[in-house]
Amino acid sequence: MARKHAILDGFASRFSGVASSSGGRIALREVPFSAQLDFRANPADGRVVDSVHKALGFVLPTDPNTAATAGGRSALWLGPDEWLIVGGEGEESLLTRVLHTALGETFGSVVDVSANRTVIEVSGSAARDVLAHGCPVDLHPRDFGTGRCAQTLLAKAQVIIHQVNDAPTFHLFVRTSFAWYLAEWLLDAMTEYCAEEPIGVSVPLGGQESPSPLRG
Amino acid sequence: MTRLASGGRIDRSRPLRFTFDALPHTGFAGDTLASALLANGVRVVSQSVTYGRLRGIFSAGVEEPNALVQVGGGTGSEPMLRATQVELYDGLVAESLNARGRLSPEPDVARYDKLFAHCDVLVVGGGSTGLAAALAAGKAGARVILADEQAEVGGTFLGGRDLIDGRPATDWLAEVATDLAALPEVRVLSRATAVGYYDQNCVLIAQRRTAHLGPAAPAAMARQRLWQVRAKQVVLATGAHERPMVFAENDRPGIMLAGAVRTYVNRYGVVPGHRAVIFTNNDSAYACAIDLDDAGLDVPAVVDVRPNPAGGWPDRVRERGIEVLAGQVVSDTAGGNRGLESVWAGQRIDCDLLCVSGGFNPAVHLFIQSQGRLRYDEILACFVPDEAPQAVAVAGAANGTFGLRDCIQEGLAAGAAAASAVGFGDGHPAGAPQVETVAEHPIVPFWLVPDESGATQFVDLERDVTVADVRRAVGAGMQSVEHVKRYTTIGTGSDQGKTAGINSAAIVGALLGQPVAAIGTTTFRPPYVPVSFALFAGRTRGQLFDPARVTPIHPWHVAHGAVFENVGQWKRPWYFPHDGETMEQAVLRECRAVREGVAAMDVSTLGKIDIQGTDALRFLNRIYTNAYDTLAVGHCRYGLMCKADGMVFDDGVVMHVGPDRYLATTTSGGAAAVLDWMEEWLQTEWPDFRVRLTSVSDQWATVAVAGPRSREVLRALAPAMAADAVSFPFMAIREGMVAGIPARVCRISFSGELAFEINVASWYGLRLWEAVMAAGEPFGITPYGTEAMHVLRAEKGYAIIGQDTDGTVTPQDLGMSWVVSKKKDFIGRRSHRRADTARPDRMHLVGLLPVEPEDLLPEGAQLILEPRQEPPVAIVGHVTSSYRSAALGRTFALALVKGGRDRMASQVYAPLPDRLHPATVTEPIFYDKEGLVRDG
Repeated sequence: MARKHAILDGFASRFSGVASSSGGRIALREVPFSAQLDFRANPADGRVVDSVHKALGFVLPTDPNTAATAGGRSALWLGPDEWLIVGGEGEESLLTRVLHTALGETFGSVVDVSANRTVIEVSGSAARDVLAHGCPVDLHPRDFGTGRCAQTLLAKAQVIIHQVNDAPTFHLFVRTSFAWYLAEWLLDAMTEYCAEEPIGVSVPLGGQESPSPLRG
Repeated sequence: MTRLASGGRIDRSRPLRFTFDALPHTGFAGDTLASALLANGVRVVSQSVTYGRLRGIFSAGVEEPNALVQVGGGTGSEPMLRATQVELYDGLVAESLNARGRLSPEPDVARYDKLFAHCDVLVVGGGSTGLAAALAAGKAGARVILADEQAEVGGTFLGGRDLIDGRPATDWLAEVATDLAALPEVRVLSRATAVGYYDQNCVLIAQRRTAHLGPAAPAAMARQRLWQVRAKQVVLATGAHERPMVFAENDRPGIMLAGAVRTYVNRYGVVPGHRAVIFTNNDSAYACAIDLDDAGLDVPAVVDVRPNPAGGWPDRVRERGIEVLAGQVVSDTAGGNRGLESVWAGQRIDCDLLCVSGGFNPAVHLFIQSQGRLRYDEILACFVPDEAPQAVAVAGAANGTFGLRDCIQEGLAAGAAAASAVGFGDGHPAGAPQVETVAEHPIVPFWLVPDESGATQFVDLERDVTVADVRRAVGAGMQSVEHVKRYTTIGTGSDQGKTAGINSAAIVGALLGQPVAAIGTTTFRPPYVPVSFALFAGRTRGQLFDPARVTPIHPWHVAHGAVFENVGQWKRPWYFPHDGETMEQAVLRECRAVREGVAAMDVSTLGKIDIQGTDALRFLNRIYTNAYDTLAVGHCRYGLMCKADGMVFDDGVVMHVGPDRYLATTTSGGAAAVLDWMEEWLQTEWPDFRVRLTSVSDQWATVAVAGPRSREVLRALAPAMAADAVSFPFMAIREGMVAGIPARVCRISFSGELAFEINVASWYGLRLWEAVMAAGEPFGITPYGTEAMHVLRAEKGYAIIGQDTDGTVTPQDLGMSWVVSKKKDFIGRRSHRRADTARPDRMHLVGLLPVEPEDLLPEGAQLILEPRQEPPVAIVGHVTSSYRSAALGRTFALALVKGGRDRMASQVYAPLPDRLHPATVTEPIFYDKEGLVRDG
C-alpha cells in the first residue's frame, strides 16, 4: 500500500519550534490520518444507541456541543442526529462496519470522511488565548471544557473544535484544503506568544497570481 | 515655563525629548503631548480649517477639537491624533494639523490584532464609577472586563483633589487597582476605548498597545488590538464631557474647558497661563478657581451667569478674595498671535487663560448605540439615559450623577446588580467609602451669549461653524437638528461634535423658540473615536486576507513552476510554462498534448456531495433537470440544475456508486452553495424524504488523465483493471487499485477526448499524481492547467456555469434541451413554461469564428449586427469565452447572442476601440462533432 501524505507535512518544523519559542506555553502539531466517520442516526432509537454503546463503549451524546470518548475513540455532537465518530489511523473500515451494523435497516447514513479533514492539535497554557484571536466561541473553562466540542469559524476557516484534556489540548478538525491557511494563521496568531521576532518564513503558495476573475 | 515645581502624576526624573512642528521641547514621563506642549508654553497648536484662526489646546481628553496632530517618525506616521491622548515618549515627532490629516504614503508594516472576549460584566470606563462597578462585580465572582481609554485608570478624578476616607483619592484608586488585579476573572484593559455597541451586547474595543512606546515598541507586538467583547451585562461608566460657553471670540488659544484646566494643574503639574478668569453657570468651575489660586496664578474673577451663586463653592472662592461677578457673562475677548489677552464681562479683565464651563453632557454615545433612549433632565440641564432595550446599566456621570461619593455608590450598586443578574452575588454591594461633599448650588442652563452677528461665536471648533451658520440654517427653513448638522457640518469632524452637539441643539431651539428637550440630539453612531482601517483588517491581509485553498497535489504544482489562477478560494494551476514559453505557447502545447497524446490535470477542487437514502433517486430527479431512473450502479451521468426561476445554477456529474447511494460533483466554486441549496429543499420542502447529504469535497483527490493515450497510462497504473472500450465504456465507474492505491475511476471527459478521472483518498493524492506522471512518462504525459481545460471544453461547446452563464440563462438558451426532462417535475420546470423563457429572441449560446483567424476577441466584448448604425446602437450579445485553438489552428469564441440559433452563418461585429471586428455565428461546437474521439 502506498504511503499516506500528511497535508501539513511542510509545516512540521515550524510547528515543532513553537514549543520552545513560546517557552512551553503552546505546543502545535498535526495529527493526521485519524479515522473519521460522519454518522447520521436517530438518537431516540434505543437499538442504534445501544449497539454503538456496546461496540464503542460510549453513548452517542445528545447534549449540543458535547463529545463522548472511550478507548481512544470519540463521538462529537454535530447536530441533533449527526455525529463525527473519530478513531485511530486505519480504523475507518472497522468503524464503518460497526456503524452500519448499528443502523441496520433504520434511516441514517455512514460516510467515511477520514481524509476530508486533518487535525491540528493546539495545547498548552496559552492555547485558549491563541484560539481567541480568531474563534468567536467562548473557550473559558466555565463555559467550555474537556469533552466539549463546537463547529465554528477559526479566522476564516470552518473548524470543529474538540477539547480533549485540561492542559488544555484542543483538536481542530479542518478541511484539508483549508489546512495550509489555518496553519499560517495559527503561526501568525502565536507571534506574540512565541518570540521577539515573527516566527519563520511562510510556505509560499507558489507561482505568480493570475489577474483573471473567478472561474470554473 | 509653566510647569509647577511639584505635584502631578508625572515623573520629573524622566525627561523626554520631542519635537512639535520641528521645534525641540522636553516633557516628562506621564505627560501627554498636550500637557507637555502647555508646559513648554506652546499656546497655538493649529489653525482652523475654514477661517485660519489660531487655536490652542481646549480640553484634556477625547473631546479635543483643536489639537489634532500627525505623529510620525520611524515606522510611518499616524494622522489625526488628539494631542490630549498622545502619550509622550522620547523622540516623539509631532506636527500640527489644520484639521486635515495625511495618510502616510508608506505601507503600514505594524501588526494589528483581534481578540474575541466574553464576560459576565463589561464595565466601560475606569473612572471612580467604573472602578467601583468592576470591583463589586468582580468580588461577586463574575467574569469582568474593565475597559478604560487612558494609560492609567482613574478617569477625571486623576485631575481632581478629592479626599476619600480622609486620604487623597489616588490612594483609594491604588487600593482598588490592587484588589482588581488580585481577582483572577477580572481583566483590566488600559488604553482601550469602547468604540461601538452592537446587538446582543457586542461591544468593540480598540486598544492602543505600542504607540506610546515609540521606537522601543517590540516588532512582534501588535500595535493595536480590536477586542470583540460579548458581555452578558454591560455597565457604562463613560463619564461626561464638559460643555463650552458660546460667546463672541470664544475660540482663542487660552480659552479652555475648566475641568481640563484642573486636570492639567493637578495631574500634569502644568499651569496653562498666568492670570485666569472663570466663566461658568455651575459650581464645578469654582474648584478650578481654587486649584489655580493654590497653584499661584492670579485669578481676578469668576464670571457666573447665575444671579445669586451661593453656598459652599462660591463662598470658598470669595473667602480667597476672588471676585464673583454674579449674573454676568463674558461677551467678547481680545488677543493677539499668542492667544487670549483680555475678556469683556461688563468690564475689561486682562487674562491669558479663560476657563469655561457650561455644564456637563453625559457621554451617552455607547448607550445610544445600544439603542437606548434619552430624556432631558431639567434640573441637571442635560440629556440623560432613559430606557434601554439591552442588558445595560449606566452609572455615574454618564447617568447624570456628578458627585464623587454618589458616583462610587452608584458604581458599586451597578456592578453588584449586573453580577447578580447573571448569577453572582446577592446584588448588595459592599459599603462605599467616605467622601466629603459640598452642597451644590444648582446649574442654570445657559446656551448662548446674545450677540448680533454670531460670526465669531464658535459652536463647533473643529468644523469652524458659528452661531451665524446655525442662524443661516434655521433661516433657510431647517428645524431638525439632523438637517442643521448636515447643512452646517456641526458634529461631522473627527471629534464628532463632542463639545458642539448639545450646544448646537440648544441654539437651534433658542432660534426656534423651543426648549432643547424638544429639539433632541443627533444620532450618535460608531465609532466613538476614529479607528484605523488597519485595525479592522487585523491580520486579515496579505496571505491571510482570504483562505487560499489548495489540493494535496499543490506542492508538486509549485515545484513544477505552475502559474496559478484563483477559482473561488482555490489556487488552481492555470498553466505550466516551460522555460521561455509565453502563456499562449504553453496553453497551445498543453491542449495539443490532450488532443494528440496524453495529459493530466488536478481536478481535486470539484465539489463532491455524498447522497444516500431510499429516496435518493427521487431527490436527484427533483434537483436536476434530467432523470436518473435509468442510471445503473457503476455508471455516472452529467447533470444540470436550475434555480426556481428556471435559470441554470450549477452542473456536475452524478455517480451511482451503490444501492441508494450517489456521489454528485459540483463546480469548484459552487460546492458550498449547491450543498446549501440541496439541504434547503430537503429540510424545508421535502422533510419526509429519506435522504442524507454529506460534503466530501476534501475527502477525495482526483486526477484527470486525458488524451488518446490515456488508456495506456491507466493500464500501466492499474494492470488488473480492464480498460478496453467494451469493459470500461464511457460514463462507467470502476473501483480497484491504481498505483497500489484504492481508487474509483470514472470514464468522463470534459475535453472531448478519451479520458479517465481517478479518485483516491486525499492523503494519497500526491502519490497518485506522482504515479500518473511516472507511468505517463513513456507517453510524454503533460500536466495541464485550467486554461487548456477551458479551451478544450470550449472547442466542444461545453458551457462553464458562471462564465458562459450569468443567472439569466436557461438550459434551453444553452442549447441543452436534451438535458431537460419532459416527463418529470424538477426545480425550475414551471419557469420554463413562462412566456418569457420561450421568447425566440432570448440570448442563445452560439459559437463565433472571427473572420480573421488570428483575431482574438476579448471576453466580454459586446456584439452588434450592423456595422454602420446611428446611435443608439443595438447590442445583440456578448462574447463569454474566447481562445486560440491548437486543434483548429485559429481563434474561436463562445457568445450569448439574441436569437443566436436563428443567425447561423450570419455576421456579427465586436466594436472595439480600434475598429469593428467581424465574426461568423456558428454552432457552439468546433471539434469532433460526432463524439468519436471521446469514445477512444
